Amino acid sequence: MDFKDIIKPENLVYRRSSLLTDKPFSYCPGCGHGTIHRLIMEVVEELGIQEITVGIAPVGCSVLAYEFMNMDMQQAAHGRAPALATALKRLMPDKYIFTYQGDGDLAAIGTAETIHACNRGENIIIFFVNNGIYGMTGGQMAPTTLPGMPASTCPFGRDVNIMGNPLKITELVAQLPGVHFATRQSVHTPRNVRRAKKAIQMAFEVQKNKKGTSFVEFVSNCNSGWKLSPVAANEWMEQHMFPFYPLGDIKVDGNLVTK
Amino acid sequence: MTEEIIIAGFGGQGVLSMGKILAYSGIMQGKEVSWMPSYGPEMRGGTANVTVIISDERISSPIVNVFDTAIILNQQSMDKFEKTVKPGGVLIYDPNGITRHPSRKDIKIYSIEATDEATNMGNTKIFNMIVLGGFLSVKPIVKLENVIKGLEKSLPARHHKLIPMNQKAIEVGMELVKEYMG
Amino acid sequence: MGELRLMKGNEAFAEACIRAGVDAYFGYPITPQSEVLEYLMSQKPYETTGMVVLQAESEVAAINMCYGAGGAGFLPVTSSSSPGISLKMEGVSYIAGAELPLIILNVVRGGPGLGDIQPAQSDYFQATKGGGHGDYRLYVLAPSSVQEMADFVLIAKEMAFKYRNPVMILSDGIIGQMMEKVELFDPIPRRTIQEVEKQAPWATTGKKANRERNIITSLDLDPLKQEQHVYHLRDKYSQMEREDVRFEEISTEDAEYLLVAYGSSARICQKAVDLAREEGIKLGLLRAITLFPFPSKRLAELSNQVKGMLAVEMSLGQMVEDVKLAVNCRVPVEHYGRTGGVIHSPVEVLEALKSKIIK
Repeated sequence: MDFKDIIKPENLVYRRSSLLTDKPFSYCPGCGHGTIHRLIMEVVEELGIQEITVGIAPVGCSVLAYEFMNMDMQQAAHGRAPALATALKRLMPDKYIFTYQGDGDLAAIGTAETIHACNRGENIIIFFVNNGIYGMTGGQMAPTTLPGMPASTCPFGRDVNIMGNPLKITELVAQLPGVHFATRQSVHTPRNVRRAKKAIQMAFEVQKNKKGTSFVEFVSNCNSGWKLSPVAANEWMEQHMFPFYPLGDIKVDGNLVTK
Repeated sequence: MTEEIIIAGFGGQGVLSMGKILAYSGIMQGKEVSWMPSYGPEMRGGTANVTVIISDERISSPIVNVFDTAIILNQQSMDKFEKTVKPGGVLIYDPNGITRHPSRKDIKIYSIEATDEATNMGNTKIFNMIVLGGFLSVKPIVKLENVIKGLEKSLPARHHKLIPMNQKAIEVGMELVKEYMG
Repeated sequence: MGELRLMKGNEAFAEACIRAGVDAYFGYPITPQSEVLEYLMSQKPYETTGMVVLQAESEVAAINMCYGAGGAGFLPVTSSSSPGISLKMEGVSYIAGAELPLIILNVVRGGPGLGDIQPAQSDYFQATKGGGHGDYRLYVLAPSSVQEMADFVLIAKEMAFKYRNPVMILSDGIIGQMMEKVELFDPIPRRTIQEVEKQAPWATTGKKANRERNIITSLDLDPLKQEQHVYHLRDKYSQMEREDVRFEEISTEDAEYLLVAYGSSARICQKAVDLAREEGIKLGLLRAITLFPFPSKRLAELSNQVKGMLAVEMSLGQMVEDVKLAVNCRVPVEHYGRTGGVIHSPVEVLEALKSKIIK
């Protein structure tokens, strides 16, 4: 039996989504971006909506997301992706529009665009990757940096008396009537990956049914910015990020989830 | 023919709409027109003024320093615009609330007691149409029929039932205006 | 003959957008241009042509909505006045970099900072020399009447797609707020999505199986490629200078002196020309209709005919620099203009001509 006998359709257990390009990811080893990219592309592929989907890349590590996602995409100015998405959706209401944004982009410079797009109930998906740090620019403090967590612009840890508090933007936008679905996921274990994919599917379903904004947060790692190995970063994330940013649905079917 | 007019008074007196109706009347008569208002916070109850130019030719500057006719409806505007009437030009004013009457000798001055007349007629909103009538009596640059067409154009359809009343006010104003002898 | 109406410049612009088949308007209120959004909302074009009209949360959001719309091949419009235009400048730079169609109206008011709300022409540098960051130019049209506030929407539409570049209509509080007679052009239907895709094969309307994916971006991290991109932009701007300079001449045939002006100042200067001619001064006027590309070539020709030029603009003197570059010291060039929201009069212009140029 040689490899030709093994490579057969019936033996296929996993393949890369055809909606990912051949370009190797430029993300750091262990980074969650690659997994999240893959999940979104898998869902788009499975729904068969590549021809009617447009994505928007932010400024940050995923500024080049359009190089990896084999679909029509726009690259936005820092923080403005929801404004682009608003126009695209209103001009093409039957197409699927999503943004892909990081914490600095979405929850600092783009807070106004985020909140107002959600409050208008724009029928779009906002994918929000929260790693508590500015990754691309070299590990500066983000609006989501935890209290006491060091970053290059708070080298002694975030002092909330000086630097203010981390922002739980997903809980904040979940309060808005325009938001139909808000959830917080992670992709650091196979189980979480499966759950995250279900959340992504749910978000596209909400958009299909024109119910309003879906806001899908992924708490993710930044082992370069956190200066930890990939494994240690995931452990640190479980120990520190999840208590502050608990995983799970926050708003489903337009109703806040009570815990 | 080019007629350069300033209409000035309080916000709420219908200064801007009088100018607009006059300008629309000009269009109905086939003339070139411009309507340039003062704008901004001063509109909120302060003074308001508008420059209207009606001409047989393409209008160059919509902003002018001196006027063929000044229609003046409060004291601040008298202080500001009496001096801007061209020699030989016309000043029309409502003496209501005026403490210092115009004094120039090189222009023609008319008064029109439009505030009192509007009150007598039981409708203060037609004040500006009475004044417009006074102006048209002194300077018949547009025909009454074209003013009515201008009213039709500048009023929304739901207000067209008010046109006869406005026409009446214009006709009253035409009779009411009189030369001021100082 | 089209429909005749008495309209404010801002209203005429808004009506013309609907009639020109513009796809979307995104804006934010600011004096003296709020009538644009007010008029559009009163007309409800979303029920007739399908044009999207949205009051955004800020000027910043509005210009980025335009980026999104333009990136999908649609023709977006935004408008504001000076301080709001400054806010939009980041987005304008991105739109120029990503080569998207856009019409942007600036109804200029006095500055800097919050300034005041009266008419001014002190945003010339911002409009013609950048405003946002990077090597880019806008195609800049300067209307001087309410009629042109309507008509220039059609020119702007044509230029926005011819060059895939933002077009600015640089107006001011006079042109925006005054009413004049307007003859409205007949409505042009909006393009269907199929027509959009045909006209803009680069648009992000969803990747079809028979083509590569379309990407709208202003980013290229490879400096050599970015340089090539900027050279490509430069070639477009050179083409504008060759093919699409617009200007108007008044009484220049026998002129010994020349006023150079644009927008509302050109109207005031037209009256100054009349006053000068009454006094026997052979004065002419060159009205720049495009501020970029600037009518430099014609000004250079006229510098062989006239004894001096006065650039008249409601600013400390911005366009005058382009006049001087065009004239290249062949004749004296001076500036005159009130600023900060004060409007100069025809008499003041004539006095300035006598004191600065004729002497």
